Amino acid sequence: METLVQAPAWVRERREAAAKRFADVGFPNTRQEDWRFTNVAPIADAKFPLASGSFAQASSLIFSVAVPGSLRLAIVNGQFAAGLSDLSAMPKGVRIAGIRDGARDGSDGLEQHLAKVFNIETHPFAALNASHLDDGVAIVIASGAVVETPIHIVIVTGGDGKPVAAHPRVLVVAGANSQVRIAQTFVGVKDDVYFNNAVAEVVVGEGAIVDYYTDQRESEQAFHIANIQAHVAAKGVFASHAFSTGAKIQRHDIGIALNGEGADCTMNGVYLADGERLMDTHTSLDHAMPHCTSHEIYKGILAGKAKAVFNGRIIVRIDAQKTDAKQTNRALLLSDDATINSNPQLEIFADDVKCTHGAAVGQLDEEAMFYLQARGLTRIEARDMLLHAFAGEVLDGLKIPELREQIEKNFFTALARDIAVTA
Amino acid sequence: MSTATKQIEELANTEYKYGFVTDTEQDIIPVGLNEDVVRLISSKKREPEWLLEWRLKAFRAWLKMEEPHWQNVKYGPIDYQGTSYYAAPKEKKKLNSLDEVDPEIRATFDKLGIPIEEQKLLSNVAVDAVFDSVSVATTFRSKLAELGIIFCSFSEAVKDHPELVKQYVGSVVPHTDNYFAALNSAVFSDGSFVYIPKGVKCPMELSTYFRINAQNTGQFERTLIIADEGASVSYLEGCTAPKRDEHQLHAAVVELIAHTGATIKYSTVQNWYPGDKQGKGGIYNFVTKRGICKGDRSKITWTQVETGSSVTWKYPSCILQGNDSIGEFYSVAVTNNFQQADTGTKMIHLGKNTRSTIVSKGISAGRGQNTYRGAVRIGKNASNARNYSQCDSLLIGDRCGAHTFPYLEIKNTTAKVEHEASTSKIGEDQIFYCESRGIAKEDAINMIVSGFCKEVFRELPMEFAVEAQKLLGISLEGSVG
Repeated sequence: METLVQAPAWVRERREAAAKRFADVGFPNTRQEDWRFTNVAPIADAKFPLASGSFAQASSLIFSVAVPGSLRLAIVNGQFAAGLSDLSAMPKGVRIAGIRDGARDGSDGLEQHLAKVFNIETHPFAALNASHLDDGVAIVIASGAVVETPIHIVIVTGGDGKPVAAHPRVLVVAGANSQVRIAQTFVGVKDDVYFNNAVAEVVVGEGAIVDYYTDQRESEQAFHIANIQAHVAAKGVFASHAFSTGAKIQRHDIGIALNGEGADCTMNGVYLADGERLMDTHTSLDHAMPHCTSHEIYKGILAGKAKAVFNGRIIVRIDAQKTDAKQTNRALLLSDDATINSNPQLEIFADDVKCTHGAAVGQLDEEAMFYLQARGLTRIEARDMLLHAFAGEVLDGLKIPELREQIEKNFFTALARDIAVTA
Repeated sequence: MSTATKQIEELANTEYKYGFVTDTEQDIIPVGLNEDVVRLISSKKREPEWLLEWRLKAFRAWLKMEEPHWQNVKYGPIDYQGTSYYAAPKEKKKLNSLDEVDPEIRATFDKLGIPIEEQKLLSNVAVDAVFDSVSVATTFRSKLAELGIIFCSFSEAVKDHPELVKQYVGSVVPHTDNYFAALNSAVFSDGSFVYIPKGVKCPMELSTYFRINAQNTGQFERTLIIADEGASVSYLEGCTAPKRDEHQLHAAVVELIAHTGATIKYSTVQNWYPGDKQGKGGIYNFVTKRGICKGDRSKITWTQVETGSSVTWKYPSCILQGNDSIGEFYSVAVTNNFQQADTGTKMIHLGKNTRSTIVSKGISAGRGQNTYRGAVRIGKNASNARNYSQCDSLLIGDRCGAHTFPYLEIKNTTAKVEHEASTSKIGEDQIFYCESRGIAKEDAINMIVSGFCKEVFRELPMEFAVEAQKLLGISLEGSVG
């Protein structure tokens, strides 16, 4: 705890404000509209102690998901692990620092943005994260820098078999007209029980282009709460792609605010919920300014006794004219014991806008299955092929080929797991 | 744009046509709400003991409940103790013919254009007029009685058919269902009762006209419609209220029960006073409407045209319990000036092969806020359930809002559920197209809006469709820029 004391005054203030907020609201309950279908009592009841230091399998986990040809930033139990990171090919215009060091050294942008991009009033878990505000990684891209090398953040959590909690944090500040691709992978030791409460804040400058990929493959017994919040300035482009196959309870809150004219964003995701998993995704798109566009596709595959929640909110503020927003939510139910709650929400306060949302729930097309089986594929192969195609629309958005390969491989592994459970 | 703004100003000044007050001597009980008031209402209506007990149970449940605030509307606090819960025209004697109806009340209905007079009866509409809280006269009853159809006020049903009322009241909307349903169950004054016996197709449209007249009275009517095996009925409900500066609460409960093979079609044209253009006054329309398709192959259709009320908050719903049962919901909701509407439906699929259709059209103008909120729930055993939902919003002006909150909850793999929503405004190019062909701007807008609502209007019975179209025109005149 020595490091906590050394933190600059502004860090301590934000930490205290967040701690106070969390003390006031506590863990959310199902009587709150935003948490109606997701009961986080198992997290609250477990009283996970804060992880300290590393754990035995951290480095092997990190190397298991390494993406060749990219910069690697490792976060172990919420702390930036320089020793497990690979920053040898640091491109021009990129500055990377552990948040603790960066805050102490007064790195640009940290004081301005850290714990400021999201609203602790509306996100209790983000408040809990900020109450432990200490370390993590900060990525600052200089104005005009076009970063070819992808940046891969690997977030591992574990306590050598003991349940622990970690609150990792990422801050990305992309300067005007810069371009960067960033991926974050969440991974833990198989069947470990832990609570990972991550926050990522992204500031997209004027005309900047930021791609942000999330691969959630936590331990199947883990509790995974993640919050990504992005502010996009005029003509900025932000794309988020999220793939989820792990954790016992997952809750993703992804919020994008289009704060300047001509901004564009994509918010796509695929999740696989099987066994008794609960996959909850809450997205929020804030069209605060005119002439912005947004595209959102979320796809879910549900099997076993899984439960999934999709809540997609689009707000078009007053005078945000010429907004063009499109949201699609599709879910495939492979089992009668699975449940999907799909709640798209449009709130529109301007008249010259194009907003559509569509939600559809169905099962695999029997005719397509028959067609493939008639051509010699087994039922499982046919199913996997159709599921792969179902996810394809979102997978196509992955602009790091090595990462795509890795995510697809994990997708098929997870599908095989599902067979084991339901057979 | 400036001429358009001028037009808006001009036409926004269009007065509420139905804003007149009838001076009838009324029997109003003092304001306030407690167990004694509930007892007083019950005794004034000479109700049997079991109904009083039921009311008291509801009242006690209501006391423990909290007023809900999750809905997407804003309104000032309601003073439940500052409202009178019963107002009846003072003339008490039993009416046998229309000539006996108080001429003042008759004149009111004439102004409303309700076909209560003899010659208008020939238009084949049986009317049960609810004036404030007591049913004034029920027409056409004898003809219906020949077929075994019971169509009377709720109080009469309590007297004449207590076994039916006892069996069904609260069976779809329990007295503990929600805050306003509990309040209604405790203090409901009157309403309509319909029973269609086995195999009977009701030969005419049944109709009730509601009107809130007295000041400071809430209207808590209660409607119960039962269609026995193979029966079918179409029921119309229209509502108006005079102009008042303060807000009035209207918390009604409607219950529909469709047995095997039965069909119930429930149509509403709601034109309560919407408040003035500054948003002052107007009705709070907080209504619980729910139907149950109890038997196989039964069908319930809700059609509503909501143009009035300052705040509308209602979700006519269907519980699809019987196999192969069908639920439908067609809605047009218009909000202008400071009106707010949070409306939609719930389709709860429990039986196999159940189908539901939701078509909702929201039109927002001025500073109106229009919310569609609907739930589609497919239960675990509801195999081959099918739902199609479509909600479209039309925005007129840049200070209004259109919101959509659909909730889909699916627990069965064979379910096919689709939801689509779109938002648009009346395009300059569409208006230009019409104007260049010699169609005045106003007419062009009416035409476009009618086209937008066509899918819903064609579900309405003929006379109602015409009236609805007219109402829509009045509500929206000049609101386009």
